[in-house]
Amino acid sequence: MGLSNEILLDMYWTMLLARRTDERAWVLHRQGKIAFHISGIGQEAAQVGAAFALQRGQDWISPYYRDLALMLAVGLTPLEFMLSVMGKKGEPSSGARQMPSHWGLRRANVLSHSAPVATQTLHASGLGLAIKLKGDKHVVLTTIGEGSTSQGEWYEAVNWAAIHKLPVIFMVENNSYAISVPQDKQMAVPSAADKACGLGLPGISVDGTDIVAVYSAMQIAVERARSGEGATVIEARAYRLTPHSSDDDDRAYRSREEVETYKKSDPIPLTQRLLLSKKIATQAQLDEMEKRAQTEIEQAVADATAAPYPSPEEALHPVYAEEVTHA
Amino acid sequence: MARLTMREAISQALWEEMERDSSVFILGEEVGVWGGTYAVTKGFYDHFGAGRVKDTPISESAIVGAAIGAAMTGLRPVAELMTINFAFSAMDHIVNQAAKLHYMFGGQFVLPLVIRTVSGGGRQLGATHSQTPDVVFAHFPGLKVVAPGTPEDAKGLLKAAIRSNDPIMFIEHATMYQVRGEVPEEDYSIPIGVSKIQRQGKDVTIVSYSKGLELSMKAAEELARDGVEAEVIDLRTLRPLDMGPVIESFKKTNRAVIVEEGWKSFGVGAEVSTRIYEDAFDYVDAPIKRVAQKEVPLPYNRNLEQMALPQVPDILAAVKEVLNG
Ligand SMILES: Cc1ncc(C[n+]2csc(CCOP(=O)(O)OP(=O)(O)O)c2C)c(N)n1
Ligand SMILES: [Mg+2]
Repeated sequence: MGLSNEILLDMYWTMLLARRTDERAWVLHRQGKIAFHISGIGQEAAQVGAAFALQRGQDWISPYYRDLALMLAVGLTPLEFMLSVMGKKGEPSSGARQMPSHWGLRRANVLSHSAPVATQTLHASGLGLAIKLKGDKHVVLTTIGEGSTSQGEWYEAVNWAAIHKLPVIFMVENNSYAISVPQDKQMAVPSAADKACGLGLPGISVDGTDIVAVYSAMQIAVERARSGEGATVIEARAYRLTPHSSDDDDRAYRSREEVETYKKSDPIPLTQRLLLSKKIATQAQLDEMEKRAQTEIEQAVADATAAPYPSPEEALHPVYAEEVTHA
Repeated sequence: MARLTMREAISQALWEEMERDSSVFILGEEVGVWGGTYAVTKGFYDHFGAGRVKDTPISESAIVGAAIGAAMTGLRPVAELMTINFAFSAMDHIVNQAAKLHYMFGGQFVLPLVIRTVSGGGRQLGATHSQTPDVVFAHFPGLKVVAPGTPEDAKGLLKAAIRSNDPIMFIEHATMYQVRGEVPEEDYSIPIGVSKIQRQGKDVTIVSYSKGLELSMKAAEELARDGVEAEVIDLRTLRPLDMGPVIESFKKTNRAVIVEEGWKSFGVGAEVSTRIYEDAFDYVDAPIKRVAQKEVPLPYNRNLEQMALPQVPDILAAVKEVLNG
């Protein structure tokens, strides 16, 4: 499987950094310091497990809005994330033109996605097509929520990738809800991975809170893609531990007891227990990492707070790649 | 009269029509248990049941396509699209199907379909979440496009829309749900395709609708302090477009400013000003001015977004220009 202790520790570090960064963004929102936050809390193991199976920085990623941990795994920094939630100058995805958590990081081969869900999956198939045309050995990871696989675009993208054996991994981060709507109102199959069967490619469902399980499933899919055997659908099952976004109050549609139950499968403590039980880390080491994460995030918040806003005129470009005058 | 918010007025219209006519039903994302993205259908699911308040999978083309099918059987679906930006995912059904079926079937089927959706920027939701592309839909014969600017109109026009046998885009504005206004207590509806003078004046005609109306009324108040009496006309419906009150007003003021939140190119201002030039050319005392959004995708950052959106001072400047012209 090739997961050394060192790599496992690095994976955990990325998950932890994502969790604390995410939690800090919720606090900033409550303090009225940012306008919007959409969270990946509960999905860190799925995202980090997936990212680490890639050649990070080389392989392409067409992500979705909950992928903070995935983005940190490919080199986004907490400072860059804080700049984006604050809408500050220097925000790397778009200079504060794009919404936060809509990513876009050229240096890491990460595409930006738009607010309408599922569009990113078609772009992933296009990336796969281009890779094949160019004869590269890269693969593509695209992620999506389970509810958004109801869109025609998702089926169309997967169908195409299956027909042409494109090097794409379609990961469904199944967090059990699409805003208020539970999975059984989005699909009649028990698992989003079951949809793959009708489209003629393998579909694997894994426990998305188990970082080793996700990594292993991804390894198989990446190997398939890189060797020309084609695309795979992976469903990573998790639970959305937070409201849908900072605009949502989830008490209207799910009980506190339900959320409490799922906190037992929070991937952060689960991974901590794994590291301790396998003696990969000591409690003292974990405590130290916790401190390091806090320090790094506080510094990021301070630096982002001090950073300037873009000047209003920056709204006016870059609409086109070429100079266009349009009164 | 009761003082209601836009949200309450729209919600009442839906509720009363569903009580009145059992063939009316609602479908859309998050309309049921959650009560709608802008809380318009709160309480509907419990009262009318899951059969008439349908939470759909996330698929806008399925929502509109299925609503078309249901409407052709005589039901009166009110399909909700969370925002107008997502209507583009359903565009084929809206413009190639809904807009044309009555014509292509030679009138054998009617399409009593309402698509309720939400337009507009100003809430820091970024380029693909904040558009005001209302005119896009108004381009197509066969659709009616309604976009109210007051609670009274919202309620009366939505009732008329639900009772109409034609497909209608009913466009609400994302930042206007808390706007309050007087709404009649009795059952009433307002005919679709009739513009309205929202403020009387003699010096300049300001033509607008939806959010632009709110800005125009504010501008008119400021102008009044300087002794300029603006007449503000609310189009209320973009298609069919009622130019009657606009032309009448223009013949009196000889000057016009057209205000819309969407982009200027090929927009409401282009259409309305051309019609004024066509029908009242002899009355033109100054070139007509248009106030609209800057020609950029709407950015996220608040300063950038506000810079790109039309503002009251832009209207005041345009009025000044036409008065001096
Ligand atoms: C085309 C489109 N329709 C509707 C929405 C509104 N919306 C945003 S997120 C969301 C729920 C998505 O649920 P899921 O795919 O399960 O992802 P999750 O948020 O649970 O991670 C919806 C309906 C949207 N952004 N785009
Ligand atoms: Mg989900």
